[in-house]
Amino acid sequence: MIQPFVRLAGLAAALPEENVDTDIIYPARFLLITARLGLGPYAFHDRRFHADGSEVADFVFNQPAWREAPILVAGANFGSGSSREQAVWALLGRGIRCVIAPSFGEIFQANCYRNGVLPITLPPAQVAALSAAAAEARVFEVDLEAQTVSVAGGASLPFAIDPERRRALLNGWDETATLLNAHGADIETFEGRHRRLQPWLFDAETDA
Amino acid sequence: MPQTLYEKLWNSHAVAELPGGETLLYIDRHLVHEVSSPQAFASLRDASRRLRRPGTHLAVADHAVPTRVRDGEIEDPLARAQVAELEDNARSFDVPYRSLDGDLQGIVHVIGPEQGYTLPGMTLVCGDSHTTTHGAFGALAFGIGASECGTVMAAQCLKQRRARTMRVDLVGQADPLVSAKDIALAVIARIGALGASGHAVEYAGPAVEAMSMAARMTLCNMTIEAGGRVGLVAPDEVTFAYLKGRPLAPKGALWDQAVAYWRGLRSDPDAVFDRVVTVDVSGLAPYVSWGTSPDEAAPITASIPDPATLGDDSARRHAEKALAYMALRPGTPLTDIPIQRVFIGSCTNGRIEDLRAAAAVAHGRQVAAGVRAIVVPGSTATKHQAEAEGLDAVFRAAGFEWRHAGCSMCVAMNDDRLAAGERCASTSNRNFEGRQGPGGRTHLMSPAMAAAAAVTGRLTDVRALMRTPAAGLVEEIR
Repeated sequence: MIQPFVRLAGLAAALPEENVDTDIIYPARFLLITARLGLGPYAFHDRRFHADGSEVADFVFNQPAWREAPILVAGANFGSGSSREQAVWALLGRGIRCVIAPSFGEIFQANCYRNGVLPITLPPAQVAALSAAAAEARVFEVDLEAQTVSVAGGASLPFAIDPERRRALLNGWDETATLLNAHGADIETFEGRHRRLQPWLFDAETDA
Repeated sequence: MPQTLYEKLWNSHAVAELPGGETLLYIDRHLVHEVSSPQAFASLRDASRRLRRPGTHLAVADHAVPTRVRDGEIEDPLARAQVAELEDNARSFDVPYRSLDGDLQGIVHVIGPEQGYTLPGMTLVCGDSHTTTHGAFGALAFGIGASECGTVMAAQCLKQRRARTMRVDLVGQADPLVSAKDIALAVIARIGALGASGHAVEYAGPAVEAMSMAARMTLCNMTIEAGGRVGLVAPDEVTFAYLKGRPLAPKGALWDQAVAYWRGLRSDPDAVFDRVVTVDVSGLAPYVSWGTSPDEAAPITASIPDPATLGDDSARRHAEKALAYMALRPGTPLTDIPIQRVFIGSCTNGRIEDLRAAAAVAHGRQVAAGVRAIVVPGSTATKHQAEAEGLDAVFRAAGFEWRHAGCSMCVAMNDDRLAAGERCASTSNRNFEGRQGPGGRTHLMSPAMAAAAAVTGRLTDVRALMRTPAAGLVEEIR
């Protein structure tokens, strides 16, 4: 079930690099695993480990301060590429509940919302400042109710979020259930109209 | 008010407008594969839900399947379990399934069009980012995550935010050896890996109208590599001719009714796009990627750029990191880069037209010493068609391996993968770090260019190669 997101405080790991795609976050060979839970060990696997299995010492998640950081401050176009939701499940498996970046791969961003992970988009200069603060191991506080990110001893930065997405995150709502409850009748009505306009989409289904 | 094609497709599928500006969008079709569906089916089971319209989904195993042998059970126990789970889910939930040993198996984005499952005017989703491919038919098609797949199964709907619109006008006439892949790479190099972010892209102009459906699919397929979730081409006579008679396309009076509807699926002449980009394809050289992001690509006639000369800081940092990963030096001519592996296939370039283009280059030539080259058809039907045309014999005679259909070395989930440090000429869509295997180095290019690299052992301008007759052909002529 989805854990509600209200407030989150803790250290943030900084990964100030553009175009960190979902192949980097979750290498494809681990996609053979069909579970959603327990994927944390594979997050950034090929950045965290050498080919012989030893740790890459200077990678941020391998440094003692950030091993359990619940927040990630990333570069532009974070989570681009493949739609694999395993990228979000692996971050979640490491306890990461919030990613802050100048921009996101769109599918990755949608996948975050569906799993109780808050993706925050801020202007590049603000992300750069947060990245520097993260590298100094300063404590972050993310408040979804107030829609702010703040760093201990620093200013509080407001962020924007779709009000519906915010409500769903605050309550840990499952989108399918919400949608079926609220729009069951709308879907019926639409299907009637749609069938009249494009009847072939109802006639030639794949099992026909 | 004049509308773009995207807006027409969007409006005709809007079930409800939601507070906050999102739309509840109706989804007509959903392609299901073994990697992104297990968790979606599990979510249905957990909530005791069923599929709203089981017959609108189509399931097939493509990502994890072996391509060396198709008979008997899959050797890798994880892949075997994953495919078995898909079969079991399809059976339990009444989803039509194309079995691995059947004639209709293949990559989701190849079999959808091939079987007439993909049609203009529909919305189509799949838990795969390259779902953009189907936009070539004037369908609103986009990739989604596994949780969203579960929602589509249960509700036949998704909450989505309307994208901004972008038109890419392709003008001029391309060299016959310059393909849609080269054009796609040139467009991405120009607008950047984030260039189409937040936008639905419509490809238009004389060079698009002149393209086959296969070429249009390649173009739309690569849209996600510029950050765009939707690529579109307005349906026309080329589209209708391709679809007519396909097994799942409408028949008889319904076909006529459908075509009449589809003819209205084009942007109104005075429709306004948020952004317009024009690219002249006349004189365009074949493109290859040199870095680890698809926008790090250049004409084959160029040299590796010096990161220091790149505009902004982040592009420079990315290029420096990319060149270190790729073990390349600024100033090296692209044609001086040796390769050890060649991959021809994928949802980008695994169609019959792609195999013909590669075979035309391979014909009468030999894969260079020290190079391993594989050809992986995008679907089993494509494989059979190629065999009927004798293309498999051309490839085999030239020293290429001829494989069974699947995603193969584009995603490297099976044993088709690069070893660390190996460099590959690949017709796939992503040159990301480790994409084709940990430590593997990918150069993206067209099928003809990949075949040219295979026979010379280095990145090669296929135009120059094809001006020199192959030794084998000279023998034949004598």
